[in-house]
Amino acid sequence: MGLEHALGDTALTTTIDSAINWCRKNSLWPMPLGISCCGIEMMAFAMPRFDVARFGAEVFRFSPRQADLLIVAGTTTYKMATVVRKIYDQMPDPKWVIAMGACTSSGGMYRTYSVVQGIDQFLPVDVYVAGCPPRPDNLLHALIMIQEKIQRGESRSTPMTVTAERQEQQLLQIQGINNN
Amino acid sequence: MLTTVIEKLKLHFSNSILDVREFRGETTICVNKADIVKVCTFLRDDESCSFNYCSDVCGADAYAPENRFEVIYNLYSLSYKHRIRLKIFVDESDLHCPSVISVWPGANWPERETYDMFGIIFDGHNDLRRMYMPEEFEYFPLRKDFPMMGVPDSIPLPRK
Repeated sequence: MGLEHALGDTALTTTIDSAINWCRKNSLWPMPLGISCCGIEMMAFAMPRFDVARFGAEVFRFSPRQADLLIVAGTTTYKMATVVRKIYDQMPDPKWVIAMGACTSSGGMYRTYSVVQGIDQFLPVDVYVAGCPPRPDNLLHALIMIQEKIQRGESRSTPMTVTAERQEQQLLQIQGINNN
Repeated sequence: MLTTVIEKLKLHFSNSILDVREFRGETTICVNKADIVKVCTFLRDDESCSFNYCSDVCGADAYAPENRFEVIYNLYSLSYKHRIRLKIFVDESDLHCPSVISVWPGANWPERETYDMFGIIFDGHNDLRRMYMPEEFEYFPLRKDFPMMGVPDSIPLPRK
């Protein structure tokens, strides 16, 4: 937010963090990526019977630029992987990813040359949902887990490589201080 | 009736017909590779054959030293409601065979699919590109010597 740079880790900024996290977790805008049968369960999850509006995530956006939660619902082939990654890259930070179903999480029953054996090979995933396909309740549970994660302030919104680079920079800074 | 179809084919193309098989009521005719377009044109245009619908073109890999690949044409007649299956053999040393898109334009995509999966090259095809696999993919997945989990790193994944 910029405030933390001016004020540091004081009581004021940590309280603001908590309030912002509370706002964020209750208005997640999902980007539905229903690329096979899991998509049907994802639609049920948005419909009145399961009613994701109770958790503030009913605004399904078909433009990645307006979304902050990517639900990958279905078998991801190698050819589709590029598309999934492109959609993820277009989403503004902070963003979270749900890998819905067995195929997305691990390739599932498609142990073949054409299917990526788990989307975590090219995307940072926050929550994996088991099932083939998972029940809408299961997806709601995943959403609640994402909300808890946001509230804890442990959002891993940046890709792993960026985190590694940051750690390296911090390490260099520490070493620089020691040298001085 | 199919018996008249077979009789007519034997009459007109005695040198092109290699074999006629029947299994569980399905008739398969093995045809000489070079004459497939002539046979198909006859089957489409003849009054009592009238195979005006090419329902599928597919391939098969016998993994044999000779005549390794087969190209199979499943034909259907919308007027007489009868079906027939044609088969040609393609050797590994010469993967070319004539395209039938001049007879049935609908054979365009099935032939592309056969090319994508088996690497059989259809001469005369106007758009012989990959169908399912990425353009730069080098292998043919439905061949028997292709590993089921694919060749590692043959399809690039986006960077994490």
